[in-house]
Amino acid sequence: MAAEIGHYALILALLISLVQASFPLVGAARGDRGLMMLASHCAVGGFGFVALAFAALTWCFVTSDFSVALVVSSSQLAKPLVYKFTGVWANHEGSMLLWVLILVIFGAAIAIFGRNLPAALKARVLAVQAMIASGFLAFSLGTSNPFNRLDQAPLDGNGMNPILQDPGLVIHPPFLYLGYVGFSVAFSFAVAALIEGRVDATWARWVRPWVLAAWCFLTIGITLGSFWAYYILGWGGWWFWDPVENVSFMPWLAGTALLHSSLVVERRHALVNWTILLAILTFSLSLIGTFVVRSGVLTSVHAFATDPERGVFILALLILATGGALTLYAIRIPALKFGAPFAAVSREGSLTVNNVLLLAATATVFLGTFYPLFVDLMGRDKISVGPPFYNRTFVPIMVLLMIAMVIGPALKWKRDSLKNAIFTIRTAIAIAVAGAFLVAALTLGKHLLTAMGIGLSLWIICGSLMAVVNRMKLGRTDFSQSLKLAANAPRSFYGLVMAHMGFGFVVGAITTVSTWQLENVTTMKQGESAGIAGYAFLLRDVKTLRGAQYDADMGTFDVTLDGSAITTLTAERRFYHVQQQQTTHTGIRTNFISNIYVTLGEPDGSGLWVVRLYYHPLAPWLWLGGLTMALGGFTSLSDRRFRVGAPQRARGNLNPAPAE
Amino acid sequence: MSTRLHMKSFAAIALILALSLFAGNARAVMPDEVLADPVLEARARNLSQDLRCLVCQNQSIDDSSAPLAKDLRVIVRERLTAGDTDEQVIDYLVARYGNYVLLKPPFQGDTLFLWIGPAVFLIAAAGICALYFRARKRNEDEIAVPLTEGERQQLDEVVKDS
Repeated sequence: MAAEIGHYALILALLISLVQASFPLVGAARGDRGLMMLASHCAVGGFGFVALAFAALTWCFVTSDFSVALVVSSSQLAKPLVYKFTGVWANHEGSMLLWVLILVIFGAAIAIFGRNLPAALKARVLAVQAMIASGFLAFSLGTSNPFNRLDQAPLDGNGMNPILQDPGLVIHPPFLYLGYVGFSVAFSFAVAALIEGRVDATWARWVRPWVLAAWCFLTIGITLGSFWAYYILGWGGWWFWDPVENVSFMPWLAGTALLHSSLVVERRHALVNWTILLAILTFSLSLIGTFVVRSGVLTSVHAFATDPERGVFILALLILATGGALTLYAIRIPALKFGAPFAAVSREGSLTVNNVLLLAATATVFLGTFYPLFVDLMGRDKISVGPPFYNRTFVPIMVLLMIAMVIGPALKWKRDSLKNAIFTIRTAIAIAVAGAFLVAALTLGKHLLTAMGIGLSLWIICGSLMAVVNRMKLGRTDFSQSLKLAANAPRSFYGLVMAHMGFGFVVGAITTVSTWQLENVTTMKQGESAGIAGYAFLLRDVKTLRGAQYDADMGTFDVTLDGSAITTLTAERRFYHVQQQQTTHTGIRTNFISNIYVTLGEPDGSGLWVVRLYYHPLAPWLWLGGLTMALGGFTSLSDRRFRVGAPQRARGNLNPAPAE
Repeated sequence: MSTRLHMKSFAAIALILALSLFAGNARAVMPDEVLADPVLEARARNLSQDLRCLVCQNQSIDDSSAPLAKDLRVIVRERLTAGDTDEQVIDYLVARYGNYVLLKPPFQGDTLFLWIGPAVFLIAAAGICALYFRARKRNEDEIAVPLTEGERQQLDEVVKDS
């Protein structure tokens, strides 16, 4: 019964969505308030039905209803309850439903929280949002219905991919989707503004919180994904430039550019056309990601042929959304010519540089991801694009960005001098240069790139702190005055500082762990010891565990440092019966400065085990840095001007607060 | 492996699938593969990181535990022990497996745009911005005509009102 209710709810949601996508547009064009209001009601109603469908699917999973095809293919009785819940989105059909659910959550949120939006703009935004939702609901129902029944229900299911049975996977996809799909709001606002033919500073103020929120979620999603890969794949890698990673990284890069350019629109009413284009581009990249992952076009050209229906459907949606939006852009944009003037050397100028560099970085990842496909289609050769390519192309662009990201916030809006800006951050320059020289000298010049990386990391961290120091006028006025200045600074300012510092942490961690990680691959018997970075690992025993889903070998290691006990780590090799798959469960200990990491490998049959030990200095800051960035985003999101906001479309609505 | 498993949109999933295909579980280099000479071994490790495990998703042979990756690691070490230079090892593998084996694509006709694309994009974007600023500056100079007497009076009234 639950499956039928879910299926029916999904159909109703599609119908509501179609209404929401059409009538409010007519209402907005005619000034009919009733039709415009319809959009909000539909958005909330559509959300209700998709939520009902999602709940129904969850029910099917939790109760192990094996008459539903999807439950059979990705669940089993012996699975722990928590993974019966998360199993809902650990497969194509269910994750598509989650995608749509998050899309309609955003739609309902606009309807509910967007009370201060002008009625026509709100109706149009919701209509565009509903067009996207209609497309994906039709996709779900037409090609990926999660509620399909089987004629004969088996007694047990085929089980869920064991690699996905992990707490990291419980929260990683929802965050990733909140990010991906969140950019749809920016897209809808951009298209609505194009339909309306009007964009002003208040438009940017409405759209910016959504962009910020989506960016924060995507940052968290990528960070979690990276951490999950680190501990589940068992060799300490955390980023692989894999196509599937790249397609989540591209919307992040473009979204970061959008975040910064929308700031210019909001503050200075410049870069308007560009920001609209960027909003379209960012969501298009999200759609490309969805297409790539679900069609299998990149991981294997043949997978596309095995399921052409799905791939072609999403490709059609992608072309319709992006093509439609860009066509509208081309028609409308000549009428939208404006922009407050600014000099090349100014805060706006630096944010333009930010956009150029981030877009170049996005283009580089795009090239690296899709070029092999292009060469393959030409049919003469097959190539691979891996980390060595990105190290030579992407990294230099990021280095320029890192240099710019400290100078930018030191510049004033409209017009400034580079000399003045650099003078205010001279301390950061001194520390960064000193740090780089120190590393170069201590390593006897063997690690010059590492020295540069450490220097850049210090540059970003100290430069961000200098922004606070300068803002407080520390040392230039009495201390109580400084404190007052610090307290009066808007939260968006602290958001900027935190997000930039978080990035500095990530840069420092990447540099350090890439240069100084240690590895010891060895074979051990019970009672033997092996060491790494001063730590001694004693293999106490290896036990065989028998579980309902899997059998496991679990090695227990007593870790000591200079003879004193540090911790006990366990590392497992699990073998899942139903799926016939092996997984590793690493033992990791962190002291927030470095990680020690152990995995248990194959036995040789005579009591010897392959054991891999790693020492990863500063590795925790890869993810702590990512989370700091997201925290900065949330801090900025809590800024007064978004909460009190309620900006009305009034002329001369100037910002009294100092610009950030 | 069914295509269904391909369709998950979790980061690195493709990688994991490749791993699970071969029931592998950890970084590859096995103790028995390691060369006695640490200099040769270091060169082997360096080379391995830039060579693709042909049956995996974007994984180097240094990272992959697939049987083929092990074969390639052993070949690399054999060639090095036989006295090959790094280039000779690479040439040997490319001759056998094609450019696909290189994680760093070669610089040649059909990869030209891949390599110069990022720089071209950056220079083009910077150029467009520079032109934009110049055009804007010229516009500003043209626009900045002084107000007429009538406009000045209007402006004064507006300022007084507000």
